[in-house]
Amino acid sequence: MNNPILTCALLIFLLPLAAYVVLALFNRRIPRRGDWLATGVLGVCLMLSLYVFYAVLQTPKPLLVNVTFDWLPMQVGKAIAGGLMVDRLTAVMLVVVTLVSLLVYLFSVKYMEGDVRYGRYFTCLLLFSVSMLGLVLANNLLYLYIFWELVGLSSYLLIGHWFEKKSASDAAVKAFITTRLGDVGMFIGVAICYFQVGSLHYADVFAAVETGGLAGSWRTIAGLGLFFGAMGKSAQFPLHVWLPDAMEGPTPVSALIHAATMVAAGVYLVGRLLPVFDPATLLVIAYVGGFTAIFSATIALVQDDIKKVLAYSTVSQLGYMILALGVGGYVSGLFHLTTHAFFKAGLFLGSGAVIHAMHHEQSLSKYGGLRHKMPYTALFYLLATLALAGFPCFSGFWSKDAILADALGFAMVHPAHAFLPFAGFATVFLTAFYMFRQFFLTFTGKPRDHHAYEHAREAPWQMLVPLIILGSLAVVGGGFGQWFGAMNPKRSGIEQIRSFSEDGYSNPFTVKALEQADAGAAPASHAGSSEHAASTASTASTESTASTPETRREGTNTDGHGPDTDRRGGRALTVEQEAAHKAHYPAMALSTLLGLGGILLGALMYLQRRDGTTALNPATPATRFSAVYRLLWNKYYLDEIYMAGFIMSTRALSRLIALFDRTVIDGVVNFFGWFGVLWSFLVDLADRWVVDGLGVNGSARVVGYAGEKLSYTQTGRVRQYLVLMIAGIVILSGLCVLAFWGS
Amino acid sequence: MNSYIAIASDYLSKAAHFLGLTSDHPAGLHLYLIVAAILFVLGLVACMARRNAIGILIGIELILNAAILNFMAFWRFRGGMETDAATMAGPMFGIFVMILAASEAAIALAILLNLYFNFGTVEVDSVHQMKR
Amino acid sequence: MNPYSASIPVSWQGSNLAFWVITALVLLSAAGAAVSRSIVQAAFCLFFTLIGMAGYYVLLGSGFLAITQIVIYVGGILVLLMFGILLTNRPLQREQKGAGWLYLAAGVIGALLLFGVLARIIGTGPWVEVQNLTEPKSEVHVLGKLLITKYLLPFEVAGMTLLLCLVGAAYLVRRRER
Repeated sequence: MNNPILTCALLIFLLPLAAYVVLALFNRRIPRRGDWLATGVLGVCLMLSLYVFYAVLQTPKPLLVNVTFDWLPMQVGKAIAGGLMVDRLTAVMLVVVTLVSLLVYLFSVKYMEGDVRYGRYFTCLLLFSVSMLGLVLANNLLYLYIFWELVGLSSYLLIGHWFEKKSASDAAVKAFITTRLGDVGMFIGVAICYFQVGSLHYADVFAAVETGGLAGSWRTIAGLGLFFGAMGKSAQFPLHVWLPDAMEGPTPVSALIHAATMVAAGVYLVGRLLPVFDPATLLVIAYVGGFTAIFSATIALVQDDIKKVLAYSTVSQLGYMILALGVGGYVSGLFHLTTHAFFKAGLFLGSGAVIHAMHHEQSLSKYGGLRHKMPYTALFYLLATLALAGFPCFSGFWSKDAILADALGFAMVHPAHAFLPFAGFATVFLTAFYMFRQFFLTFTGKPRDHHAYEHAREAPWQMLVPLIILGSLAVVGGGFGQWFGAMNPKRSGIEQIRSFSEDGYSNPFTVKALEQADAGAAPASHAGSSEHAASTASTASTESTASTPETRREGTNTDGHGPDTDRRGGRALTVEQEAAHKAHYPAMALSTLLGLGGILLGALMYLQRRDGTTALNPATPATRFSAVYRLLWNKYYLDEIYMAGFIMSTRALSRLIALFDRTVIDGVVNFFGWFGVLWSFLVDLADRWVVDGLGVNGSARVVGYAGEKLSYTQTGRVRQYLVLMIAGIVILSGLCVLAFWGS
Repeated sequence: MNSYIAIASDYLSKAAHFLGLTSDHPAGLHLYLIVAAILFVLGLVACMARRNAIGILIGIELILNAAILNFMAFWRFRGGMETDAATMAGPMFGIFVMILAASEAAIALAILLNLYFNFGTVEVDSVHQMKR
Repeated sequence: MNPYSASIPVSWQGSNLAFWVITALVLLSAAGAAVSRSIVQAAFCLFFTLIGMAGYYVLLGSGFLAITQIVIYVGGILVLLMFGILLTNRPLQREQKGAGWLYLAAGVIGALLLFGVLARIIGTGPWVEVQNLTEPKSEVHVLGKLLITKYLLPFEVAGMTLLLCLVGAAYLVRRRER
């Protein structure tokens, strides 16, 4: 193991695992239940991740570590392999995960102080960190799936932290079941990959896609299946229903899992496995993302709970990321993932500080004027809000803008899909509005609940420091974007395979794919994916065809923004990329306009003037469009629809089956049981009558009777005895004589 | 009448032949055996017919005597007297039987006397206390 | 002439008559002992039967046994029986024939049947007769020697038996406290 990166990667995974084991077994016996151990380990992991990140920056190699080993030897067929990899995407994800985790752990130390299950909380947090890091480090679908499930499990455990509350345990179950539903699809996808490709390594799957081993409807179904899993984890419509309920968990958990990392796992999966999705699937992905973004933003407009607003906002932003990936903006989607992690976590932690200060009061209608009491919190919350709303020059602005540019560019090339950018821009307006509604209601104006307001204090340093860090990152993270684009160009399947094989990974599939690519033959799934000059010609030729996002996946770079990076690698851009590039400035302008418009509307409706009233009364639209208001307030009655549709029918079915079990099966069993009872009854009868009566008692009675009757022979008369004796002798001797008469 | 006599005598002579009771036979073994058998049977009759306990004893003595006679007859006519180192089985048996008869008679008398002292009578018919 | 008579010593040939006479005596007195009415009569008949038996033993060649018969049976056992009769003789009780005739009948029938059986056995037996001829030289001497040598065990046992009977009889009729 002479590769320091590999060592770091292994340590990053194994240290939290070791800490988890220690805490799981001994947390009651170590001081402070081991929170220092958890936080310390995460701190070390952060250091290691930063080192890895630094190393990644230094080297031009796209893939740094790729280790595969036989994990499960099988009697029949190949062994099942496992492995880990470190490439640039991994490095970025590692930093994000470890940084946000560390800050959340620190925050939790104060927030969860005195909690009844403090030790269990940190244990589950560590389990989550292990799972998330494993997910990011995996280099094959199997490990991805394993850690995917583990992450889901950790989420369940953490949402249900206060499981004595029925709402919390119900929410945990709902989260688990809903994501599990997505996982079914994901499993189908993984299984199809395995059976079509024969291996689960990313490189092999990409190679199969390139060489046509995984093509046609199999590829579509596999892609849809995998995306279904991502939908579940990343709370896309219609599997988004669990995320708002997941707010029952502690706020740091919401910050870590349901804002920054776990829900990002779906986006990560789509990004990682982008070569697998065929154009139809990608379109589906884009629409799902776009629809979710606008759908959930509308719900967030009317929510009263501070955390619920943030939850729906998370769903909406995830929709953005999915949309970006669907239209081919690999860099923009993943960049938004990182910036969103920072500011959303900051927002959640800030709301946690507010909730903590207001003694666990979460309703916006009870807040007000908190900036006087918690100035720092208010400041950094404001920074994060501005980032989320896409205020110019904040990190969110850059990432959101990149997405919008990509969407707009895509729509310009394919005008049929104009919905996508429309959804994106509409959501910008809505996002700005509801975020500032929340901000104004919480931190400005007159306090509505005076009693709680009196007791509110600024958050302690353990809670403030993460907030400050995240808020700052929300501001400056935009500069990151250039790096991101440079570091993580979206590479085609062939390029990824090539980078794998450069690191020494070889497999019949990859060899074949590379041979094909080098020979210049056009693979079945691509319209000319060979390198360099050939690609330009082929991409040009596909321009006029009914082009699909497929063609964008040529071996070219795309990046966040900036005019001087588009020719990196010396490859030409695809049509969509060109369009996106051109649409960049209009998108920026439009999004800024819409964002400011949203902020303005929010201010008009919720920012109180000196006399305590607002310019526009928020109650007016509520009453005038009361039907719409109620629809939004009830989250489009989606939960009720699910309940009636799926849950009730499942319950009815299970009742039916239970009825069948009770009557038919139990009837059969009872019949046999009755039969056994009957049999034993008969046997008992036989035993009592025949054996006892006849045999035992009968023989005794016979003997007694016989004896009684025979006793009459005992007359005591000697002469009679004599006579009988003589008679006996006579008879016996007579018989002897008769027997030997002949002789 | 004569014919009946004739038939009867015919049967008798047949029986006599059968039993070996003819005059040209000297007193042979089976004669003695017949006599012993008759004695035995008469002893049995005496046992069964007599009410007095001593009468039963008399019957038993008759039986024993018949047995001795049987033994003696067999000794005499089966070569017991041949050699010098004679087996003398007949007389020997006779001696032992007589010894036993004597001792048995003594005990029987003792029992009889007890019977007499307890019940005041020696008639076996009146002594049936040992009934069921 | 039978084939055997040539080898019979003369002294034996007169035994036929003696045999029949003794037979008549024995059988008649035995019948009397069986069916006579009073017990004394029966005892007397028994006396004659025993005498007759002694005669038989003489005829059969063992004078010793004849004398022993007289001494023991007549002089001992019969005397004992007589004593018994004397001691237990009640003034004549009316002999209830009513109760006893059934037993008598059954006894007679059984006895006859038994006689039939015995006769059949005797009649059909392949008896080999050896009319042997020499008189024993000294019967008593031989008997005595045999008792000590060949028949020692029965001799001892017989002695033991006698002793036991003596003791037993004496015990049985001991005087008891009334």
